[in-house]
Amino acid sequence: MGIDNIWVFAQAADGAPTTGTLELLTKARSLGSNVSVFIAGDGAVEASALGDHGAAKVYATGDLGGALPGVAISSSMQAVIDGGDTPDLIMFPQSYEGRDVMSRLSVKLDRTVLTNSTEVSVDGDSVTVQTPIFGGTKLVNSTFTGAAPYLAAFRPKSFVAEGGAGAAGEVVSAPVSDLGSTGGATVTAVHVEETSGPKLDEAAVVVSGGRGLGESEKFEMIENLAKLLNGAPGASRAIVDAGWVPYSYQVGQTGKVVKPTVYIAAGISGATQHMVGMKGAKNIIAINKDQEAPIFGIADLGIVGDVHKVLPQVIAALESR
Amino acid sequence: MHVIVCVKQIPDPALPGELDPSTNTLKREGKLILDESDSYGVEMALQLVSTAGDGEVSLVSMAPNDEVSGLRTALAMGAAKAVLVSDPSLAGADALTTAKVLAAATKKLGDADLIIAGTESSDGYTGTVPEQMAEVLGLPSVTFAKTVEVADGTLKVDRQTEEGYDEVTCPLPAVVSVTAGVVEPRYPSFKGIMSAKKKPVETVTAADLGVESVSWAQQIVSVEDAPAREAGEIIEDDGESFNKIVEFLDELKVI
Repeated sequence: MGIDNIWVFAQAADGAPTTGTLELLTKARSLGSNVSVFIAGDGAVEASALGDHGAAKVYATGDLGGALPGVAISSSMQAVIDGGDTPDLIMFPQSYEGRDVMSRLSVKLDRTVLTNSTEVSVDGDSVTVQTPIFGGTKLVNSTFTGAAPYLAAFRPKSFVAEGGAGAAGEVVSAPVSDLGSTGGATVTAVHVEETSGPKLDEAAVVVSGGRGLGESEKFEMIENLAKLLNGAPGASRAIVDAGWVPYSYQVGQTGKVVKPTVYIAAGISGATQHMVGMKGAKNIIAINKDQEAPIFGIADLGIVGDVHKVLPQVIAALESR
Repeated sequence: MHVIVCVKQIPDPALPGELDPSTNTLKREGKLILDESDSYGVEMALQLVSTAGDGEVSLVSMAPNDEVSGLRTALAMGAAKAVLVSDPSLAGADALTTAKVLAAATKKLGDADLIIAGTESSDGYTGTVPEQMAEVLGLPSVTFAKTVEVADGTLKVDRQTEEGYDEVTCPLPAVVSVTAGVVEPRYPSFKGIMSAKKKPVETVTAADLGVESVSWAQQIVSVEDAPAREAGEIIEDDGESFNKIVEFLDELKVI
């Protein structure tokens, strides 16, 4: 008994497993000795990186033919469980795909789900996950009380990815059976938004703007400052919802989780939704005209002032160097 | 075209959240309002029915009490009727139970062409209920929709992705979860508010819907304070404070 057989839902982009996948694998191998992943495609290219991070077995579902992964991958997982490989814990990244696969599987297996977690621990047969609430000011510890497998999703950057675990994982075919109309959602075209500079969730410097900018045109200041610092521009949910910038800029609960060396929050009050996504930054600079803004509670340097005055001054000072 | 929208009534997010000390679950007594995340789904449904030229929008909701004020807001926007699953045994229910209950509640309202939900609630934000409902109902689904169209019995969605968006087609009936900002929710008119008071809201229990075992296999064992982040130096801008920022960036060697 104990928690030994652990599965990770793996995602890949451009032939390499995502950082989030490798983070989960690193944690999984510290919890159990028998770690497997599920991945869309044939798994051949990714198997060595997955093995290096702890996956002894790579269940490959084959090409999904444009089907959304939720129904397809959960069906493949269920078939493998029915075939006799019974996991104790299945870890999912808190991503669009991770949530969909986990949701479908939870119904198929009639198991509860715990999401948005940032830590997991095992004690005998018991699994406890930790989830930040109220903007990360409180941490809730929850256990699963029913039968395994336990299903849990983890936020990006909850764990640190480390390789050196072993050889390439053994690729095992885990094909998706006919899904009928339930699997009818099909991707017909893929659009990638053009971005230049470092990726938001990998940049050493992130400069984010919020409603305090006043109007969408003013976001240009954020972009200029980010560019000068070789950083990435980000945004609060308020201005994403208002349509000023695309969703891919959003930092927070429902957006990206960032942990840069420096996070500059301009005209952002610090709603719970936002703070959850950036309070892991090593240094935080906040500019806001409201001195009561919650963002000042976590800022290393806070300027109570008008972003329309301060930001152009910072930009000019950097440009003149 | 019959569109069912799942809506949640939540404590006002402008007020600080509180945990019930005996159960460690979120306190939900007191006034509940329509989750803003769901107002987008209601608006989307109203627009789709209007474009289709016939049909109506119905609502399903679940609450541990018989609160209806959030539902009335959605009815005032233009929805025709609602089923509220009000059952104290559902207090603290997990997402899977919620999905089973809401799925059963949609059947009370008859066959739907489309079921719409928000991507996640603003208070619990588990974010799994729409996809779980789809599995319970045996329907296809598209999550994180930023645009939704229906043409010739097929759903066409632009689905948010990490890097941009995908165009997705899906046969009906189906379940769709919509992101915030997908449409501009209308404000209820005075006439809408008045007529909403007379619109039918059927209140049922989980047992009425044939959902028998309302128990869930997770338990909160403890709640602790997160390590606090110390506030640093806060200064009033005197016209020169930009120098402080530049110096700080210099210290951190990011310039």
